[in-house]
Amino acid sequence: MKTGFLQIRHSRPVDRNRIPDLSFDEFRKQAMEIVKNKGKVVHFFAYEENKAIRLMAVLRTDHLLHVAGCKAPESYPSMSRECEPFHMFEREIAEQYGIRPEGHPWLRMVRYHPNCQDRPDVFGNDYTKDIPGNYDYYSVQGEEIHEVAVGPVHAGVIEPGHFRFNCIGERVLNLEIQLGYQHRGVENLLQTADPKRLPILAENIAGDTTIGHALCMAQAMEAIAGMETDQGAGIIRTIALELERLANHTGDLGALSGDVAFLPPANYCGRMRGDFLNLSLLICGNRFGKGLVRPGGVRFSIDGEMNKNLINRLGELKNQMINVIDLLLISTPSVRSRFEDCGKVGKTDAEYLGLVGPAGRASGIPYDVRRVFPTEQYGKLNIPEHAEHTGDVYARAKIRADEVIQSIDIILSLLTGPIASKEVPAAVPALQPSAFAVSLNEAWRGEVSHCLLTDADGRILRYKVKDPSFHNWNGLSMALRNTGISDFPLNNKSFNLSYCGFDL
Amino acid sequence: MLKILFNRLEQGYRTNNYPKEKITLFPRYRGLPSIHQDAPDDLARQCAAACPQDAIDADRKVIDMGRCIFCGTCERLSKGKFVSFTGNFEISVSEKKHLITDGTLPSLAEHSKKHFKKLFGRSLQLRQVSAAGCNACEADLNVLATPFFDLARFGINFVASPRHADAIVVTGPISRNMKTALLQTYEATPSPKVVIAVGSCAITGGPFRGSGEVTEGLDTLLPVDLFIPGCPPHPMTNLHALLRFFK
Repeated sequence: MKTGFLQIRHSRPVDRNRIPDLSFDEFRKQAMEIVKNKGKVVHFFAYEENKAIRLMAVLRTDHLLHVAGCKAPESYPSMSRECEPFHMFEREIAEQYGIRPEGHPWLRMVRYHPNCQDRPDVFGNDYTKDIPGNYDYYSVQGEEIHEVAVGPVHAGVIEPGHFRFNCIGERVLNLEIQLGYQHRGVENLLQTADPKRLPILAENIAGDTTIGHALCMAQAMEAIAGMETDQGAGIIRTIALELERLANHTGDLGALSGDVAFLPPANYCGRMRGDFLNLSLLICGNRFGKGLVRPGGVRFSIDGEMNKNLINRLGELKNQMINVIDLLLISTPSVRSRFEDCGKVGKTDAEYLGLVGPAGRASGIPYDVRRVFPTEQYGKLNIPEHAEHTGDVYARAKIRADEVIQSIDIILSLLTGPIASKEVPAAVPALQPSAFAVSLNEAWRGEVSHCLLTDADGRILRYKVKDPSFHNWNGLSMALRNTGISDFPLNNKSFNLSYCGFDL
Repeated sequence: MLKILFNRLEQGYRTNNYPKEKITLFPRYRGLPSIHQDAPDDLARQCAAACPQDAIDADRKVIDMGRCIFCGTCERLSKGKFVSFTGNFEISVSEKKHLITDGTLPSLAEHSKKHFKKLFGRSLQLRQVSAAGCNACEADLNVLATPFFDLARFGINFVASPRHADAIVVTGPISRNMKTALLQTYEATPSPKVVIAVGSCAITGGPFRGSGEVTEGLDTLLPVDLFIPGCPPHPMTNLHALLRFFK
């Protein structure tokens, strides 16, 4: 396959002058050619340069990344019609820059804010009015149809979002998920704030994915600044990303157990999740790993005593996790009967929507950034290909459970003694002018990716953030089709997607 | 059934005995900052300039814990000579001005409102509102329900409806899109009610200050009774605040 897209490597600097500048028609044609040959969308976004709006796409095929750009037209024929994974990206571009994708299947606002170009609003919104009063939900007509509205404030201690169910009796015909409540203007801040604030902003894009996002920023900046990190930093970063996965997967397994009223594993997992968070606290002083990763390396080393402490605690937790997972997923038939066949997303649907991470792996898509685009120590770790095929709550729980044990083993294999890393300079490094880098990491929800573009003076021209939830929220909607509405919490927990990572 | 019993035995009894017994967190935990007044002025200015949160006032030699995210940049830069972070997690206050500190805090118990203790001392129901929080504050509030902390043993619970609540616990920098939902939740809570701001974001806008999409301080919207600083506050900080303020 030969296209005008430039093949690039992740976390490597690219001279922006080398990125093909195509006509829009050519850009669209070639992007479609790549996705029709099993290509996937990593990024599709707009940015402003020299008073012109431009589009850029980063696509991936087996172990390869492809990038190209073009001048943005006023409007363009939507690509979502031919390739659904462009769906949310096109809505985002329409909202951020006022460029309309003609014929888009469901052109609705994403985060409810005016575009940055003072262009006429694509959605006809009046932003002095509150969300969601003027949102036109998908609705089903019929005598026995009823709607259920949930949120933005939910019953539990969780983030805000609105769920609109169209049901016939107890059965959900359609679930529409409307987000935007968490929008804090992150991308805008990343482009305008004092550079000393950047690592802090990355860590707070989604607090449960602190390491995932901090790593993406660090790797993108290191690429463009031409910085090398030492091996110790690579090992500590890998440990931190796996600890983050452990804590979140363990917490979600407990929550799934709680949602089917099986309380022992719910409590045990709740406690053990805290213990995994405490291992991050042990390493860097913060339970979520805030303050650990910085461009250039890490801020904390692991000495001999801490190494032993981590090995002992992880060893103990591993045995307990194995037993609790056995209790939850194998030995208790009533749990299995609730998990199996609930909220199924088949492989065809998952491929169509472009699901990533554990949600994709549960539906038979083995893609794992750690194996395909390895960063830090992952190239040396032989991450095996792993997928379930039933696409139900059980498969999503099983994938998470398997990854818990895998992550513990990965960390234990890295804890061979004291891990030293050189002191990281406090200041954010100076960036090369007219450069581009894209970084990817497999955080616990799947592919996190950041794109960094600098201008001719080495300032940040565009900082694009993508959380895996951006790909996966429609997967939850799909899981709920023809599922009892009472199984929504169970399905929601099995995905546990990020609201703030999506809303930015 | 046997496996349930086996797991129960393996898990053991995990609930802590705080506040009867002291709890020590891991040494790298960064709690109450201590400001060394004898540090050279230029060192203080360097720390203030490097602080990503602009939380340090170099002239008065104080730090604003409402803005601070406890990242430890100042401690590293000054090698502990201007700022050092102690292991003390008992850092909540009832008045915002007390957050601007040289390392000493007034006793929370003495500054809490006496009628709150009478009203809510034996039973306190909390409604949490996440208003653009990054999910870290939310997670470390949620964890209070797990066996190690077991908040319910103190008669304190998180409830599903503001109608059942005595207090709202707000996290996040209150985005433009969450403001109305937050105010409606407050309205729906019966009086007398308590407002608690948890985390740097809710107290000052935190890392997101300067964005037109957020609110720089919950106290600009609602009367706040209790400020719990941190990014996020450690669960023990939350527990301490709830116990000292209401018990």
